[in-house]
Amino acid sequence: MAVKDYIRERFFPHLWCPGCGHGIVLNSLLRAVEQLGMSKNEIVMVSGIGCSSRISGYVDFHTLHTLHGRALAFATGVKMSKPELNVIVPMGDGDALAIGGNHFIHAARRNIAMTALVMNNRIYGMTGGQYSPLSGYGCQATTSPFGNIDYSFDIAELAKAAGATYVARTTTYHAKQMTEMIRDAVLHDGFSVVEILTQCPTYYGRRNRLGDAAEMMDWYKSHTTPIGSKAKEENPSLIERGVFVQRDKPEYCTEYDKVIEKARGGQA
Amino acid sequence: MGNQLKFIQGNEVCVEAALYAGLDFYAGYPITPSTEVAEHMAKRLPQIGGKFLQMEDEIASVCAIVGASLTGHKVMTATSGPGFSLMQEGLGYAIMAEIPCVIVNVQRGGPSTGLPTGPGQGDVLQARWGVHGDHSIIALTASTHQDVFEMTVHAFNMAEMFRTPVILLFDEVIGHMREKLIIPEEGEIQVVDRLRTSVKAGVDYHPYLPREDGRLPMSDFGSEHRYNVTGLFHDMWGFPTGNPGVVHELLRHLNDKIKNNAETITRYKEYYLEDARTVLISYGCSARSALHVVENRRARGERLGLLELQSLWPFPYGLVEEKCAMARQIVVVEMNMGQITRAVKRAVPEPERVVLANRIDGVFITPTDIKNILRLFQGKGV
Repeated sequence: MAVKDYIRERFFPHLWCPGCGHGIVLNSLLRAVEQLGMSKNEIVMVSGIGCSSRISGYVDFHTLHTLHGRALAFATGVKMSKPELNVIVPMGDGDALAIGGNHFIHAARRNIAMTALVMNNRIYGMTGGQYSPLSGYGCQATTSPFGNIDYSFDIAELAKAAGATYVARTTTYHAKQMTEMIRDAVLHDGFSVVEILTQCPTYYGRRNRLGDAAEMMDWYKSHTTPIGSKAKEENPSLIERGVFVQRDKPEYCTEYDKVIEKARGGQA
Repeated sequence: MGNQLKFIQGNEVCVEAALYAGLDFYAGYPITPSTEVAEHMAKRLPQIGGKFLQMEDEIASVCAIVGASLTGHKVMTATSGPGFSLMQEGLGYAIMAEIPCVIVNVQRGGPSTGLPTGPGQGDVLQARWGVHGDHSIIALTASTHQDVFEMTVHAFNMAEMFRTPVILLFDEVIGHMREKLIIPEEGEIQVVDRLRTSVKAGVDYHPYLPREDGRLPMSDFGSEHRYNVTGLFHDMWGFPTGNPGVVHELLRHLNDKIKNNAETITRYKEYYLEDARTVLISYGCSARSALHVVENRRARGERLGLLELQSLWPFPYGLVEEKCAMARQIVVVEMNMGQITRAVKRAVPEPERVVLANRIDGVFITPTDIKNILRLFQGKGV
């Protein structure tokens, strides 16, 4: 199927600002789904609230646009009740890690087979540019007019420590890599996390004088490096891209099948 | 059928009734005095091939059951006091997105963490208005284990029939008390199953276009029809909209579907009302003491009667007015500061005849308490 067969044309144009990175994420996501060759009926996309979460409205899957921060909790109910479905959960950085932080670590801990896509633009865009848990120390936002004093999470480290069994990071500049990662994450039998650095020129870029969308993407090119590269040794401030974790561990729904077997005295 | 007779806690009755109604997915978080619901679900659900999930909090619990309902399952969660407060966000979502689910609140003394092991009935108005925004709600209750069973099945039936969350408002006394229960035979109580769309694959399906009777046939996630579900105001495809006409229609629909079906939803019991001059109105554990008083006084020839409400919301205004038409005095017995008393005053033509008999100290209201209050009202002293 062509990529456009996976979208709901009726609901376009989308609401994202000119230059927003989320459209690139949508594109890479659809290409990943195309490569996977899955039926649209097998895919459920569950999202929360924010610019990123509107992605679910534009795709022709079963789509559930939920509450701020709660997407993974709804998704857990969907997956657990019908494990044969592929559940993809796009979230923003504030959505996934501030209001939804608890759901994020517990979904990772259970290792339930779902794919969390954290679209990290380091800002609350829909409400007009307030700092998020990923904005970074010193950044400018409408709620940090004198500079932000909150330190950031490292999403990959957090996901890894919480128990996610596939953890990767890429950027909107690296769209092909993003497609490969999303594809592998969906195929992974466990909780998978892909952090995607995606530009918000309207709020984060403008307030922090990072230039337009193209300049922000260029920054992703020049300030990121493959995991374990020589460049990282020489310049530790570079952000690593690539797959941090990919390991086998019993998946939650499969484990629950064993609970059912035990409860029934050995009869499945 | 020896195994159909049980001597168990109210919380366990609720579990057995939910299974009778077809529940096969539960998510919850431990909290007193509702925890036994989760414990029994954890044991019983896998035995029938169902799923039990212990989530990270009550917010996640209500969200998880909404997700599972969308794949076509009958779902429930249970909580108490502070947990019910946390569930309001997800409850509002289920109202807006019209997702069938059952939320049990085994009430304890509140506000805040209050009295975890003490009884209270202080969440009656929260059940009605805890969710922000204009909305309607169904809330049911019960005073005996046999009724807990029936009302739990009724809750699932109403949730499926009207595509809405239903609240089961039990209390600590009912939840923890052990009493006889006869589990009904299969088919003895009607079980309503979900109305699913007959629209064929490839034909445009409108998940939010009500039929003429107001009902909306559903389609399970994973089947042929792919659609959007959102907590935002939405059109007939489930896609967000701010169109004033669509917003108006949806808000009307959400309220009317409950209001216009109040008779189907309403459940009550009545005792000695035919000639009663003093009518007690009560519900839940308080109704047990109220009934005891009524039977005791009747034996002495006093014209007392009891109207026991089993559905609190939508409030049966017409029923209360009708049943109290001959009453000189109406005494509402409840374990709060008059949450149903307010509604009863609105229901009758002479609200000054309505008085409250209550206890709010975390101790179960006894027949003696009610008798003493009645004597005071009658000017006889305690």
